[in-house]
Amino acid sequence: MIEMHDVSKVYANGVQALHNINVVIEKNQFVYIVGPSGAGKSTFIKLMYREEKPTTGQIYINGQNITQLKNRHTPYLRRAVGVVFQDYKLLPKLTAFENVAFALEVTERPPREIKRRVFETLELVNLRHKARSYPHELSGGEQQRVAIARALVNNPSLLIADEPTGNLDPDTSWEIMQLFEKINLNGTTIIMATHDKEIVNRMKKRVIAIENGRIVRDELRGEYGYED
Amino acid sequence: MKIRTLGRHLREGVKNVGRNGWMTVASIVSLSVTLLILGSILIIAFNLNHITTNVESGMELRVFLRLDATEEHVQDVEKAIETMPQVKETTFIPGDEALDRLIASLGSDGKHFEDFKDEQVLPHVFVVRTTVPQDIYQVAEEVRKLPAVEKVNDGGETTRTLFQVTGMIRNAGLVFTVGLAFTALLLIINTIRMTISMRKQEIEIMKLVGATNAFVRWPFFVEGVLMGLIGAIIPILILSFGYNRLLEYVMERFKLPFFDLLPISPLIYQVACILLGMGALIGFWGSMISVRRFLKV
Repeated sequence: MIEMHDVSKVYANGVQALHNINVVIEKNQFVYIVGPSGAGKSTFIKLMYREEKPTTGQIYINGQNITQLKNRHTPYLRRAVGVVFQDYKLLPKLTAFENVAFALEVTERPPREIKRRVFETLELVNLRHKARSYPHELSGGEQQRVAIARALVNNPSLLIADEPTGNLDPDTSWEIMQLFEKINLNGTTIIMATHDKEIVNRMKKRVIAIENGRIVRDELRGEYGYED
Repeated sequence: MKIRTLGRHLREGVKNVGRNGWMTVASIVSLSVTLLILGSILIIAFNLNHITTNVESGMELRVFLRLDATEEHVQDVEKAIETMPQVKETTFIPGDEALDRLIASLGSDGKHFEDFKDEQVLPHVFVVRTTVPQDIYQVAEEVRKLPAVEKVNDGGETTRTLFQVTGMIRNAGLVFTVGLAFTALLLIINTIRMTISMRKQEIEIMKLVGATNAFVRWPFFVEGVLMGLIGAIIPILILSFGYNRLLEYVMERFKLPFFDLLPISPLIYQVACILLGMGALIGFWGSMISVRRFLKV
């Protein structure tokens, strides 16, 4: 599903965020990326949907080498990979429905199909009744569910999340995690960077720990392993 | 791109005008004000040009033939003048006709000249006009060389000064218009930059969700052009109304022969076309340069 070979990343300002990362993530896996702030978690995540490009090394997603992808093909990669962000990144002037629909509109699907898919996906995240609400009218948890619906609406085989519960209270975080669990059971690979010790310890999934840009731990049924 | 998607972009572009509320209003107002100033300057410039052209086109050349010129000479001169490319029209005034005019103009004193009626006392005259008023000097130079020509009157210093003045008015008008158009552009670009900078985040999100650059750009393009057109229509309405009132006022108050303003049509249509074009161009260009900066996500 995902393979990284000798991936390093040096930013333009000279900061080396990742050193020789080698990792293989199988289809249907649920993977937590943990580690202290500034360890390289976000960079690791961003490489997978090409918000950043590696300085050296190769990255394969579904057998395709995305390091050799032309920039104008990046949008097509992003449609095959759903991404969820800590700050939700919803379009503020569009309703929940329109936000989710946007991810389908870019693929130029017929409007009827878009409408059906958007309602199905909003149903999945239990927000069908909020379809006409604007982001500022929704709670943090609801906004994040809209963002998840948007990430899922294209039926991606891979869902990437960068601290999706970082701005949410524990109860809401737990709801979101159950949603991710459900999505994973439906056959979607999930990679999630997180700081949430509770969640990681409770879910017992694969845990990859990154420190100073290196993978220092990779366990199949891991624990968070840090004292916050 | 599918036709359906084009329809989507048009709809989104139109909706965005509404969605952005006060920012849209601010941009349209500042565009309207600038185009109003530019439109007024254009109307003034067109009228200045019209008046100076009016004055200049009164310029003519008088060619006096020698008193002993024969019928053949007259034809030779006429032919020579009319074959010059600069010449627009020539009028021939025979010597006896000139005398008749003189007698008529002198009223009762004119009868003293009646005796000369059968003699050639006044020369034959050609009145020559050129397509470009300034060309009369060139034509005069050529005509002077013809053997049957006694003298050529090109208006001398008076017309030269006049041409200098009209030329200066034109140049000053042009410099002023270009300067103002440039200032207007700067003002507008700034406003549009501000509106779109606020939408940096929006553009980034669209790109992260898998939109191609074209997909992001199109609605902005539609929105920009639409705002440009609305920003042009407002000053066009104000200008047509205002100019109409000005014409009525000038008609009633002044009746000067050379101070003749251009009629409302086609002037206002020309100005409207220029303003609509400028508005659309500014809207298009402004949105394109601003969006481009944020597309690299």
